[in-house]
Amino acid sequence: MCLAVPGRVVETYREHDLLMGKVDFGGVSRRVCLEHVPEVRPDEYVLVHVGFALSRIDEDEARRVFAILEEMDQLEELQEPSS
Amino acid sequence: MKHVDEFRDGQAARKLAAAIARAATRPWTLMEVCGGQTHSIVRYGIDQLLPGGVELVHGPGCPVCVTPLETIDRAHAIASHPGVIFCSFGDMLRVPGSRGDLLQLKAQGADVRIVYSPLDAVNLAAANPDRPVVFFAIGFETTAPPNAMAVWIAKKRKLANFSVLVSHVLVPPAIAAILDAPGNRVQAFLGPGHVCTVVGYEDYEKLSAQYRVPIVVTGFEPVDLLEGVLLAIRQLEQGRAEVENAYARVVDRQGNPHSLKLVNEVFEVCDRKWRGIGLIPSSGLRLRPEYRDHDAEQIFEVDDIETCESSVCISGEILRGLKKPHDCPAFGRECTPHSPLGATMVSSEGACAAYYAHGRHLELVALT
Ligand code: SF4
Repeated sequence: MCLAVPGRVVETYREHDLLMGKVDFGGVSRRVCLEHVPEVRPDEYVLVHVGFALSRIDEDEARRVFAILEEMDQLEELQEPSS
Repeated sequence: MKHVDEFRDGQAARKLAAAIARAATRPWTLMEVCGGQTHSIVRYGIDQLLPGGVELVHGPGCPVCVTPLETIDRAHAIASHPGVIFCSFGDMLRVPGSRGDLLQLKAQGADVRIVYSPLDAVNLAAANPDRPVVFFAIGFETTAPPNAMAVWIAKKRKLANFSVLVSHVLVPPAIAAILDAPGNRVQAFLGPGHVCTVVGYEDYEKLSAQYRVPIVVTGFEPVDLLEGVLLAIRQLEQGRAEVENAYARVVDRQGNPHSLKLVNEVFEVCDRKWRGIGLIPSSGLRLRPEYRDHDAEQIFEVDDIETCESSVCISGEILRGLKKPHDCPAFGRECTPHSPLGATMVSSEGACAAYYAHGRHLELVALT
């Protein structure tokens, strides 16, 4: 029910006084209300729930966990040099 | 798909599981709050990747599951009115009320429609000015902004034929109720990432401080869930109790200010009954008086409805993390998604339904 999925904004337009947009979800495109992410630009990613964008996706933050995992790898290599 | 596939990466998931195994020196019980998280955990077998002793119990975070039977019966009564177009998200259609589900009502001739978005229901009202269009507005904080937007724009567009049947619930009072319950065994929470996208996590900081309980705001993909577990276990092991944000790619501490403003403009806090749990004070949202013209309960006279739940069902204890689906004698036997006896079997995000969908009832049969 609280499922929300990331999609890429393709274009934005106004309809009945609301900021709307065409958003692409891995090849499927849908109309999405963008009124609560007013600063969004085409090609950026938004998190969409029931046809409504809740938030923009921060690309730097999206990479963070993978950077931490890489660091963990490097630490392990330092601690246990491969034989 | 970008921002999905990389968070399902098996190698990253195994690394996180190994880090959890290194971090956990004794048994811990964690609760994921949101039904979407429960669904992912069971689907990807995240619970089975965890070291023995680290247990995930499933929280009350499925709005479909916790919508009271009376509200579903009210939806049926309204949908049965001649001329009404009754709109709902798909997952509410199979939820049984006292007299069957909305799909059966549709088969009997009622005009019941599935909409993808509440804004689609508003457009239906514009396209059918001579017919009442009612939208079944349920959900947590995540769904409150789109539902509030539907009511707000309908009022602005003067669509007098659009109304909503509201049964909105709020997460923090439910977490407090779980922590206050005698016999509580939850030691840390994976916070509901999409709820926090809207409301932020300041209220969760208060809960965490008041109850000395770690809360990690967590996403929904395998890597997200495992990172949430890892951070929670580290807090428990180090004796810390604070809020950490493991879902910062979409969640800010303050939430979405545009959403909070609109939700507050359209809705106000009220007491709400939760199916399987009972009344929780200040745990729901209802329309503010200025929007009562769009309140389906005011427009359609619906008599007080008496209902009674199955006596064998232990979904109330499951929703509070005290028990698991396997503990219920009816699980997978009398109670299945096709003939659900209780709240947690009705929606795919309910713990009983998630266990059933992923074959966990077969393990049970194999064991007995
Ligand atoms: S299996 Fe069915 S009867 Fe048992 S707790 Fe779950 S919903 Fe209730």
